[in-house]
Amino acid sequence: MWIYLLKRLGFVVFVVWGVTLATFFIAQVVPGDPAVVALGDNAKEEQILAWRELHGLNKPVIVQYGIYLKNLLSGDLGTSLRTGRSIVADLKDFFPGTLELSMVAVLFSVLFGIPAGIFAALFKNRWPDLLVRLLALIGGATPIYWLAILLLELLNNRLGWLPGPGRLDAYLINPPNITGMVGIDALLARDSEVFWDSVKHLILPAIVLGAFNAALLARMTRSALLEVLNQDYIRTAKAKGVRSSALILRHALRNAAIPILTVMGGLLGGLLSGAVLTETIFSWPGIGRYATQAATSLDFPAIMGVTLLAGLLTSLINLGVDLLYAVADPRISYG
Amino acid sequence: MDNTLDTATQPRKVQSERARAISRLLHNSGVVIGLILISIIVLVALFAPLISSDPLLQDLNIKGQNPSSAHFLGTDQLGRDVWARVAHGARISLWVGLAVTGLSLTVGSTIGLIAGSFGRSIDNILMRLTDIFLAFPSLILAMAIAAALGSSIQNTILAVAVVSWPSYARLVRAQVLALREREFVEAAVALGSSRSRIAFKHLLPNVLTPILIQASFDIGQAILTAAGLSFIGVGVQPPTPEWGSMVAETRNLISSAPWTSSAPALAILFTVLGFNLLGDGLRDVLDPRGRK
Repeated sequence: MWIYLLKRLGFVVFVVWGVTLATFFIAQVVPGDPAVVALGDNAKEEQILAWRELHGLNKPVIVQYGIYLKNLLSGDLGTSLRTGRSIVADLKDFFPGTLELSMVAVLFSVLFGIPAGIFAALFKNRWPDLLVRLLALIGGATPIYWLAILLLELLNNRLGWLPGPGRLDAYLINPPNITGMVGIDALLARDSEVFWDSVKHLILPAIVLGAFNAALLARMTRSALLEVLNQDYIRTAKAKGVRSSALILRHALRNAAIPILTVMGGLLGGLLSGAVLTETIFSWPGIGRYATQAATSLDFPAIMGVTLLAGLLTSLINLGVDLLYAVADPRISYG
Repeated sequence: MDNTLDTATQPRKVQSERARAISRLLHNSGVVIGLILISIIVLVALFAPLISSDPLLQDLNIKGQNPSSAHFLGTDQLGRDVWARVAHGARISLWVGLAVTGLSLTVGSTIGLIAGSFGRSIDNILMRLTDIFLAFPSLILAMAIAAALGSSIQNTILAVAVVSWPSYARLVRAQVLALREREFVEAAVALGSSRSRIAFKHLLPNVLTPILIQASFDIGQAILTAAGLSFIGVGVQPPTPEWGSMVAETRNLISSAPWTSSAPALAILFTVLGFNLLGDGLRDVLDPRGRK
C-alpha cells in the first residue's frame, strides 16, 4: 500500500514536471511577444529590450528553464508580467474563490445528479426516467455561459430573487481574511448577514458550474445502477424480502459506486475549465478569471503557474479516486 | 487454393453484417434524432448564402430588434440579421468540430496504435506523454495556446486539438493491448508480418468502431469548447459570425431582445445534442459491451 502510494506520488511529481516542460515549450514556439502585449504596439525597441532584460526573457531558453525549475523547487513561481506581483501570492489570493465556488458546485451536482440518476433507474422507461434523461441530454449540450446569462436575467434582473455577479453586495465589508473563502470567513467572524449574502451570491454560479456535471452524474448513476439491478444477487436480495430502500442504498448503489467514482474524478478535473467561463461571467475573483486575464495578456509565467496548480490538483484527484476504489470495492487492493 | 472459396463467400457475409448494423442503427431513436439534427445543421451550413442574407450587413436603424417578418430571429446590436449570422455560423462551427476531431483522432490514434504495438519502452514514453497532456485543464491550455498564436479559426482548431488527442491515444492503446492477444494477430505474427503491418493492417481496422463512437461525441465537445473560447474572446474574432462570440456580443440584449443571444446558443445546443445522441446510439448499437 505504502509502496503503491509512494510510486503514485512520484508519478504526480513527474506529471507536474512534464507540465512545466510542455508549457515552457509552448511559450517558446508561439509567435506572440509578451513584451509587445505588455508595453503596447507603440513601444520603442529599447523599451522592449529593457523589459525583456527585466523579466529575464533575453537569456537562452535552456537557462530560462533552468532558472524556472530552480525557483520552483524553492516554491517561487516567478512574477506575473501583468500584475507585477509574485504568482504564488496571486494564486493564494485567487484559489480560495475557486475552491469555494467549486465545492458548492460539486455539492449541487452530487445532490441533484445522483438522486436523479437513481430515480431514473427505478422508473426505467417511464416518464420520470424520460424526464431525467431529457434534462441530462440538454445539460450536457448547453453552453454554460448562455445558461448563466439566462439565469442572471430571470432570477436577478426580472425577479430579483438572487444577487448578480460578485461575491458580496457592494455595501457589505469583507470579513477578516482567514481562509479566503468569504462564506467560511463570515462564519468564523460570526457575521450572519455577510454569511447569508455570500451564500446567495454562490447559488447562481454554483448551479452554472455544476449543471454539466449534474447531467453527467445523473446519466452515469442511471446506467451503473441499471447494470447492477440486473444482477442475480439483487434478485436474491429481493426474493429474500429486503426493503427496496435498503436494496438500492446498501446492495445496488454500493456496487454501482465504481463507475460513479470514475466520473466524479473526471468532473473534478474539469471544474477548473468550467470555472474559466463561470468566473468570467460572474466577475468571480478566482483562478479561472485569473487564467483568462493571463492568457489574453500573454502572461506566460502566470499561465504556467495556473497550469502547474491545475496539473497538480488533477493528478492528486486521480490518485484520490484510485484510492477510493479500494474503499468502494474491497476486492481492489493496492498491496 | 482456399482463396476462391473465401472471395466467394466473404463479400456477401460482410454485406449482410453491415446491412444488419445499419438497420439496427436506424431503429435506434437516438441515432435517428441525432442524424436529423445533424442533417438540418449541415443543410443550413451548405445553403447558408441561399437561405439567408449577408451576415455582415449592418443597419444601425434596426439594431437589437425582436423577431419580425423581415428578420425572423431579430437583429443584433449592430442591426445585423441574426438568422443570417446563425446560418453562416453553422459553417464555422461544423468546420471547427470536424477539423478538431479529424486532427486529434489522427494524432491520438496513431500514438495509441504505436504505443500498443511497438513494445514496452515506446509504450511507456508515449503514455507518460499522454498522461501529461491529460493533466492539463483543457480550456486553460487551449486558451493559452489560442491567445498566444493569435485569434483565428485555424488557431482555435489547433488549440482545441492539442487538448483533445490524448483520449484517442488512451482508447486505441487499450483496444490494441486487448486485441494483441487474439489469434488473428498471432497468425499474422506467425506468417512473418512486420510490426507496422500488423498495427495498420490488422489492428487498426478492428479499433475503428470505438474510435468512431468517441469521434461522434468529440465533434460536439469540440464545438462547445471552441465556442467557449470565442465567448471569452480568444477564439474566432468578430465580425466573423461564430456562435460563441455572437452570444458574447449580444449578451446585453438579453432583456430587450432575448432571441439575439439565444438563437446562436440554441444552435450550439442542438448541434452538440445531435452529435451526443448519435454517439450514444452508435455506442448502444455497435459496442458489444453496451448491447443488452
